[in-house]
Amino acid sequence: MEILVASTIGILVAAGTYLILRARAYEIILALLLLAHAGNLFVLSMGGLVVGSVPILGEEDFVYPDPVPQALVLTAIVINFGVTAFVIVLAVRAALQLGTDQIEGPRDESGPQ
Amino acid sequence: MTGLLIVPVALPAFLGAVQLLLVRQSPRVQRLLGLAGSLALLAIALRLVAIADTGVIRVYAIGDWPAPLGIVLVLDRLSAYMLLLAALVGLGSLAYAVRGWDQAGRNFHPLFMLQLAGINGAFLTGDLFNLFVFFEVLLIASFCLMLHGGGKARLRAGTIYVVLNLVGSALFLIAVGLLYGVAGTLNLADLGRAMGALDPAGAGLARIGAVLLLVVFGLKAALVPLHLWLPEGYGEAAPPVAALFAIMTKVGAYCILRVFTVVFGPLAGELSWLAQPWLLPAALATLWLGMLGALASRALGELVAFLLIASVGTLLIAFALFSVPAITAGLYYLAHSTLVTAGLFLLLEPISRQRGELGGRLAPGPPLGQPHLLGWSFFVGAVAVVGIPPLSGFLGKTMILQSATGLDAAGWIYATMLLTGLLGLIGCSRAGNLVFWETAGEAEDRPAAAATAGALGPPLALIGCSVLLTAAAGPIVDYAEATARQVVDPTCYIRAVLDEGPASGRSR
Repeated sequence: MEILVASTIGILVAAGTYLILRARAYEIILALLLLAHAGNLFVLSMGGLVVGSVPILGEEDFVYPDPVPQALVLTAIVINFGVTAFVIVLAVRAALQLGTDQIEGPRDESGPQ
Repeated sequence: MTGLLIVPVALPAFLGAVQLLLVRQSPRVQRLLGLAGSLALLAIALRLVAIADTGVIRVYAIGDWPAPLGIVLVLDRLSAYMLLLAALVGLGSLAYAVRGWDQAGRNFHPLFMLQLAGINGAFLTGDLFNLFVFFEVLLIASFCLMLHGGGKARLRAGTIYVVLNLVGSALFLIAVGLLYGVAGTLNLADLGRAMGALDPAGAGLARIGAVLLLVVFGLKAALVPLHLWLPEGYGEAAPPVAALFAIMTKVGAYCILRVFTVVFGPLAGELSWLAQPWLLPAALATLWLGMLGALASRALGELVAFLLIASVGTLLIAFALFSVPAITAGLYYLAHSTLVTAGLFLLLEPISRQRGELGGRLAPGPPLGQPHLLGWSFFVGAVAVVGIPPLSGFLGKTMILQSATGLDAAGWIYATMLLTGLLGLIGCSRAGNLVFWETAGEAEDRPAAAATAGALGPPLALIGCSVLLTAAAGPIVDYAEATARQVVDPTCYIRAVLDEGPASGRSR
């Protein structure tokens, strides 16, 4: 269980890091999603991984997982959802207006105003 | 009494929502609301400074949930000081923006208020995850404000800014997760208490979390090597937005000071003063790169952006020493550099407009319509920001140099600050020469571009704060010193948050 979660997070971060270095809008959006997802999984696993228990509280004396990371992750997911929507719109506008989806595209020759 | 703590966050958030509803009304309604709100924030910040200056740390427990479980807002001298600065910069930027920039895109006013709410929240919160949330609030607002006014260059710079900050947010979340996993709490005071009692394995993980936090705050503060987004971003942003953003780098500096004293400060056992060995070299490098950049800048906006980076370097050199005199000097310098760079960002536009096609580019051009007025304003701002006597930049730098005397790193700090001071002086002189003196041809008749009192008022008021800071240096340094004492010894902070329990939420 631990190995599985840990390697999932590791793979997500690795893939995210690779994609973000490609510096193209589409890849970067994917990368940000993967990185945020890895962060969420990471926070969730920090409450301790418990197998086969009730999600919140049982009637008997069950072992239950720490609720705080779940609350944190819920907040983080909501924030991430909004931000991702914003980035997608921004990327589309940038691609249309700049004519390239390279984030680090060639600088305007005239220099900054 | 403690209920007042929520107002700097709630008021702008509420006003922003109201302004959004009034979007179809004439812009005047939004402007009046915004200005009234900013003035109210300034009044509240002044009141909070007076409250904090009694030396008692006020705690407001949101929803009356006691400290380690619920989220608390904490007001100490440092928070109050930062709130006052944010209110001043906000008022100055908004007073400039209502002269036309707010209509260059949609929803300027609600976003501006949301930004202020996020900044104030970051200064007040006593909870690490809540800090993450306020960071997101101020980031989302800043993303939109950065793009305000549109245009290709802004879009390009804005995209880079957005992507970098989102990566920063992901790292922040991972750091928060690590610290929660190790300590089982996210309340700053409670974390501070837990850090001293960690086993070696936990301490190792906490160290990773701490360094990740340093990276995130460093990104926000534009600490080298995380500064690359700033010159283009701030150089391209609309002037009132760039001026407001002058306080944003200080949010990063504030978080470094707060987290690395309360959590990883004197009480953290083997993690004590964790940031110090990383922060000082990075701050020195920031100062060098900032001033070299100022020397090489090709436009006025870029020049001020690099001066802002240099000021962050100077500031963090002081904070990195984590001693009472150094933090005193750093806090004084922080107020000075924030206000003056914000003023300079605002001053650039009246100058650029009188140069026609050339705009802010640093090249010989036509003479300005009002060379004396604008020239002297720029001169005073440059004197203040570079740190030549008699203005506050000089006082701040002198105090930082004094506080470094006798330390092992004193040689590095002295050499860096004095040599980069020279670089900054040359950079500003070069810019002033090119813009005001090396002019060719006739002054073109541009009556529309003449800077009016309304356009020059906010920048001059902000730069004028430097004179005020110099004249009132005594009381301000006294306050900063009391602040530094409170910051360096976090036991009072921790006790105020944790030991009062549920009673802390009610007014005392």
